[in-house]
Amino acid sequence: MSGREEVLARIRAALAYDGETAHPAITGPGPAVDSSGASTGAQFQTWGDLEPGPLLDLLAERLADYRAIVRRAAPAELAAALGAALADRGARRIVVAPGLDLPALPDGIKAVPDDGIPAHDLDAFDGVVTGAAVAIAETGTIVLDGSPDQGRRAITLVPDYHLCIVHAAQVVELVPEAITRLAAGADRPLTWISGPSATSDIELKRVEGVHGPRTLEVILVGP
Amino acid sequence: MSTYLGMPTAPKGVGHLRGSEPFPAAARRALADTQLRHNLAMATATIRAKRAAVVAEVPDWEELRAAGQAAKAGAMRHLDRYLEQLETQVQARGGTVHWATDAVAANRIVTDLVAATGSREAVKVKSMVTDEIGLNEALAAAGITAHETDLAELIIQLGHDRPSHILVPAIHRNRAEIREIFLREMAAVDPALTDDPAALAEAARLYLRRRFLAARVGISGANFAIAETGTLCVVESEGNGRMCLTLPDTLITVMGIEKVLPSWQDLAVFLQLLPRSSTGERMNPYTSMWTGVTPGDGPRQFHLVLLDNGRTAALADETGRQALHCIRCSACLNVCPVYERVGGHAYGSVYPGPIGAVLSPQLTGVEENASLPYASSLCGACYDVCPVKIDIPSVLVHLRARHVDEARKERRLPHAEAIAMAAASWVMAEPRRYSAAQRAGRLGRPLGRRGRIGQLPPLLSAWAQARDSPVPPSQTFRQWWRDEHRKPS
Repeated sequence: MSGREEVLARIRAALAYDGETAHPAITGPGPAVDSSGASTGAQFQTWGDLEPGPLLDLLAERLADYRAIVRRAAPAELAAALGAALADRGARRIVVAPGLDLPALPDGIKAVPDDGIPAHDLDAFDGVVTGAAVAIAETGTIVLDGSPDQGRRAITLVPDYHLCIVHAAQVVELVPEAITRLAAGADRPLTWISGPSATSDIELKRVEGVHGPRTLEVILVGP
Repeated sequence: MSTYLGMPTAPKGVGHLRGSEPFPAAARRALADTQLRHNLAMATATIRAKRAAVVAEVPDWEELRAAGQAAKAGAMRHLDRYLEQLETQVQARGGTVHWATDAVAANRIVTDLVAATGSREAVKVKSMVTDEIGLNEALAAAGITAHETDLAELIIQLGHDRPSHILVPAIHRNRAEIREIFLREMAAVDPALTDDPAALAEAARLYLRRRFLAARVGISGANFAIAETGTLCVVESEGNGRMCLTLPDTLITVMGIEKVLPSWQDLAVFLQLLPRSSTGERMNPYTSMWTGVTPGDGPRQFHLVLLDNGRTAALADETGRQALHCIRCSACLNVCPVYERVGGHAYGSVYPGPIGAVLSPQLTGVEENASLPYASSLCGACYDVCPVKIDIPSVLVHLRARHVDEARKERRLPHAEAIAMAAASWVMAEPRRYSAAQRAGRLGRPLGRRGRIGQLPPLLSAWAQARDSPVPPSQTFRQWWRDEHRKPS
């Protein structure tokens, strides 16, 4: 018997039922049940209720709480905010997600669209600029889904500085809302980012920046 | 009622599910280490407070726990179907799925896969299951070096040490000890390295960066796998996970069969429960999700190894099965008064603490970790914090009963507790005997100091190893009652 058949046979024996007939239709999470399997009628919260203004404020607060740098900008101010962020960072040469529509950058900053740059070469860039798929206000999280404005995973991993542009329409309040928005592209490579890389492995002292970008900066574009 | 008949458990001689000595012996030595107790008390108190603060922020925490429990119970009830669905989806997206009955089979599959790439090295994401099966040792035996890349796992690997906590495996080491290990083991390290945690983390970054950039094979575990979509999920903090999951050409993921979840929407529950319960954060810094292979982004080959290694034996026990719901958050370790004092090594298994005490004996067979179900005061703190509501105290009691039943079935000699209970039953059945026994008990008074007796005579001595007994009173209750009622009132 193959490993596959052996493991499946053990599972069916352990559960002591016929695997072909006893299964229900596969569904999402149902209402909460107690230990006997009876529904308690309780349901976790799946939608937030914040208005757009407070929603962006919460995202900004939670991003900053986990040590991301946050800039707010109206849509017309994006180019200025981007230039200011890169100038403050002292970035001279940055990699950019290939499908990201960047406004003109200040003189002296060279933007290189990613075309499959090898990891070793990514290490030599001063930073990376991308968009985002979804941002979650409650947890201060940005989700990248590999769309052209976000690029492949390596470009937001190897450089030491990640500048991420988030638009108001991409912001949700709760984790379940993000999961629902991402469902259609669940098979894309997804990266959820909450603040810069961090460790607490030595005496539980938080150290920011181990292997991923040590600085995460977010430009929050909205009213 | 389950029968536990014939379901193979995790094989001996491979992996890290069994200690070299029973819990009481290991615990006694751990208790004598004052540095260890100091480190553990600091660490567990810190994480407890962080967890409590972020859990209190969530108004629907109890509903989330209930939903998490329901999703896991549903996944277990139909485990065969969800695993087959996961396999279909992973293969449809260009991945390859392997099935391993136990640690030996899994180690062989992974070793062969690495060897087939021609690489003699692999970079590893922190993973409980690969430690459970002793994968690093198996790879080493085949001439393949596995580099641990999580900072704590690196400290453990370079220190030739064993992990002592699920989340923070090097928690028993302080900064001075870690500096010593780095100075000794990292070839190119700056000799002026200080013991500042930021400096130590920087040293690890430099040490590992060239390995990441050159790595051709990555090895990981998985926190979740979604049957509906074929998506794998790894939750981490440092970015070493992203490095291993993204940069190599070949990715090999080993996961226990119990990690599968039915639907994509289940992540809405577990990505709230896990970070808050584990590191005490609203969200961990990085979570990676991938489905098969994606052309132009990340590894070009993806292998998923599904591991049993005693899990189906746990599945066969209707009460014990819930230990398979564990999402390895380690909240139960941090609240456990026993873990806080003895640390993780005393449990002998890669899974320490309360969850280890219910999981390890089921994976190995109760007889091979027989002391673990007793390594608890049954205070219930672990149940209260468990994000998927595993009733650990009930499973502990259930496993104690299984241990006694299985010992009786094999007609082994009854231990002291059984003899004592039989004797007590005889004495208490007859008032005259009971009274005589109580008077005899007073003979123990000279043994006591400051109202306590540390050692008891044989038969009771095993029980007294970890407990002081009060000195018997000068009068029995019956004598006192008689004297009181003789007095004129």
